[in-house]
Amino acid sequence: MPRSLLRDWLLLGPGLTWLALFLVVPCGMLLVFAFFERGVYGGIDYIFTLENFSRAIDPLYLSIFLTSAKVAGLAAVIALLIGYPAAYAIARAPARRQTAYLVLVMLPFWSNYLIRTYAWIVLLNREGLVNKGLAGLGLVSEPLPLLYNEFAIVTGLVYNYLPFVVLAIYSSISRLNPEVLEASEDLGASAPRTFWRVTLPLTLPGVAAGAVFVFVLSIGNFITPDLLGGGRLQMVGNVIYDQFLTARDWPFGATLSFILIGIMMILLFSQAMLVRKAQGEGGIAHA
Amino acid sequence: MPSPARFWLGAHLRLVYLFLYVPIAVLMVLSFNRAGLPTAWTGFSLKWYGALAESQAIINAALNTLIVAVISTVLATLLGALLAVGMEYRRRGPGLEAMLFAPMIIPDIVLAIALLSFFTLLDFTLGLHSIILSHVVFNIAFVCAVVRTRLRSFDWAVFEASVDLGASEATTFRRIILPMIFPGVLAGAMLAFTLSVDEFIIAYFTAGAGQSSTTLPMQIYSMIRFGVTPEINAMATVVMLVSFTLVLLAQRANKGVVGV
Amino acid sequence: MSERPTVIAIEGLTKRFGEITAVDAVDLDLRENEFFALLGPSGCGKTTLLRMIAGFTGPDAGRILLDGRDMTPVRPNRRPVNLMFQSYALFPHMTVTQNIAYGLEMEGCGRDEIRRRVGEMLEMTELSPLKDRKPEHLSGGQRQRVALARALVKRPRVLLLDEPLGALDKKLREQMQLELKRMQHEVGITFVIVTHDQEEALVMADRIAVLKDGRVMQVGAPRELYEYPASRFVAGFIGKMNFFAGQGRGAEVAFGDGVLTGTAPGGVELAGPAVAAVRPERLRLAPQRPEGSLNAVPGRIVDIAYHGQDLNVHVEVRGAVDSAGGEAGARVLVRLPAGEAEEGDWQAGQDVWCCWAPAHTRVLAM
Repeated sequence: MPRSLLRDWLLLGPGLTWLALFLVVPCGMLLVFAFFERGVYGGIDYIFTLENFSRAIDPLYLSIFLTSAKVAGLAAVIALLIGYPAAYAIARAPARRQTAYLVLVMLPFWSNYLIRTYAWIVLLNREGLVNKGLAGLGLVSEPLPLLYNEFAIVTGLVYNYLPFVVLAIYSSISRLNPEVLEASEDLGASAPRTFWRVTLPLTLPGVAAGAVFVFVLSIGNFITPDLLGGGRLQMVGNVIYDQFLTARDWPFGATLSFILIGIMMILLFSQAMLVRKAQGEGGIAHA
Repeated sequence: MPSPARFWLGAHLRLVYLFLYVPIAVLMVLSFNRAGLPTAWTGFSLKWYGALAESQAIINAALNTLIVAVISTVLATLLGALLAVGMEYRRRGPGLEAMLFAPMIIPDIVLAIALLSFFTLLDFTLGLHSIILSHVVFNIAFVCAVVRTRLRSFDWAVFEASVDLGASEATTFRRIILPMIFPGVLAGAMLAFTLSVDEFIIAYFTAGAGQSSTTLPMQIYSMIRFGVTPEINAMATVVMLVSFTLVLLAQRANKGVVGV
Repeated sequence: MSERPTVIAIEGLTKRFGEITAVDAVDLDLRENEFFALLGPSGCGKTTLLRMIAGFTGPDAGRILLDGRDMTPVRPNRRPVNLMFQSYALFPHMTVTQNIAYGLEMEGCGRDEIRRRVGEMLEMTELSPLKDRKPEHLSGGQRQRVALARALVKRPRVLLLDEPLGALDKKLREQMQLELKRMQHEVGITFVIVTHDQEEALVMADRIAVLKDGRVMQVGAPRELYEYPASRFVAGFIGKMNFFAGQGRGAEVAFGDGVLTGTAPGGVELAGPAVAAVRPERLRLAPQRPEGSLNAVPGRIVDIAYHGQDLNVHVEVRGAVDSAGGEAGARVLVRLPAGEAEEGDWQAGQDVWCCWAPAHTRVLAM
């Protein structure tokens, strides 16, 4: 029907054109770069090669990918361990207070990322509040090296992404039908057993969403390793940055970008599958 | 009497709030520290706020940020809201869905270099306008997502009812759809504005050389990266308060912006 | 009922969704100032038919003529037909008054006319005290009245109502059935209602079309459908019905050792498997086989249930088929007026004869 086609074009056309032009084309170009050689003075020589990919699995870069994955994985696990009980506590709070509690959790998430990260430089440096506190309590005699290492990066990532984890798990828990939990207790399960056998399995989609989110945003992160790692610990994001702005090796930077996106897509896809499976098995958690 | 489990959950939640807010509070307190050192309290002073107000570079950066945020928000809100209605009007394929989801999850650094390469290859002069073009990309996706959430809670029969009562599709859009999604559009716009104000890497890559198109996050980054200056605490305080106010306003306009 | 002039003539209307034919070559005449019901089980195509009249769904074949004019190319906003949506579809950001005025604004009516006509409508639907409220502050029944007023204020040639009472509770529904009928009389507009509730259709409609699998099975006044169903489906769908299955011959069905006599629709001569259908309230019980020309079948009482104004006696009869199309050996329902049957007249386990007059027997093809 021509009329509905016109309507579709008016509604979708402008936005999709924009995205096609400034998202699809640039990313497509980047993908193409990955198969060409680096120019002598930076830029691209349009000679087909697969060398960028073989270079990316060189132990040097492989170890950077592994370090990034390890840091991202640690951040995800720690964020889950802190976030799940917090989400649970909010979901069990009186209904009229839950929104306020959640807004309070989410608020820092929407403020400036650089500043939130900077705060940890202030807190963690040798003269910072944490070291001073520890010294004041007589727990350490020498200031601990808290900044510019893996610990600092993981702390920064957990701090920045914890709000989302709490939110994702909260929405899973709050969708839980309370009668299912009562049924479990009615059938003789203790509260801890109900948690392990019923609550946790049913809220797994939220856990997966939160974990994948933290992992995906962490593994490709640039600011946190840059500021809190102080250049001493390289992650993929920093290497990509260097390839473009320092080494001026665009094809290799593009290759690394695409491997990164590939890893993220696999994770997001598995998470979507998990959610679909959970919905297929027991609609209760998503009723 | 609360059970022990309940007690520990409550205690844990309090600790989480401490974890989230202590770093922010420390910056805010330090912004009033006379000596400007992060290590010791030397007395209350507003002088860093004064320094902030006098720094031409910071004022310039703030103005640039405002220009980028306002223009990219207006554009993204317009395009994103239209997209949202178009996407919800009829089920769309997974390809379109992926295209709208991608800007929200692609690492900033990747989108930044993709756009930089694109602009460079086209010999496009970089500046505030290229930052704006780039910010619209991810802002469209966020505005669209917020507005779609609102649209999903509607009974679509309402739009048929309007047509049944004699309205054309254009009139239905203006008289029914627009007023109904307005809170969502407003919330989406506020979200887009906040994101644009805070965005660093993409702006950094697409701003081009020279100081003229430095934005506030770029200014903050260089202040952090190349030696901590005491003004940064004052600036952090101002930026945080502005963001918090915006997010709370957006939350009021439309439940569900901050995800709640 | 005297023949009224036709408003909408539906000719060979067909709609397919993929493999499924939702509406299959339907012919119908909707007449001036009548209350017409489209009745059928869910999935019978009644809502699709309604949406095609409103213009939201385009037919694959056939035409809809309104006052003799083909409506097929006319868009829904240009049709002098209005639809009351099942969900009511009230505009949530507008007050009751603004909701009702919307359609008139679209017609380009003047301010004064809008105010006057909206005022009249508010009066008629008793919504005046609520006129400045928004839909979220109205009860289900009030919303239903706003939806009705919003559609009626446009004085459409035909008002279409999609399950208008479905969202209301039983008591309110019964009250609104009479209310809707009253309003239809008052405004003199043709109402076409879609419902799956046969009782609702019987109470409200002047004429009913029974639909099944996209086809019209029978059209007629409620009494006609109840007393003289033309097919086994209609007989079973409207009201309770007992079926006795056997070999049909003319207007007779061989059942057990005897023959059940009745009338066949349109005097059609039947041959082959058939049923004799009879309403529960037409049956009487006798301890012995009655003399004379009554139809009679033997059975045994299995259950007696007291229902206030009547007594429902379930009799097991070999070879009977219940209205749900169950197997032979099913129960026959006998509804005795409570005044006629004394408590203790009949007991479970008792052998009885069910008997009834041939005039109340419908002989239908299996």
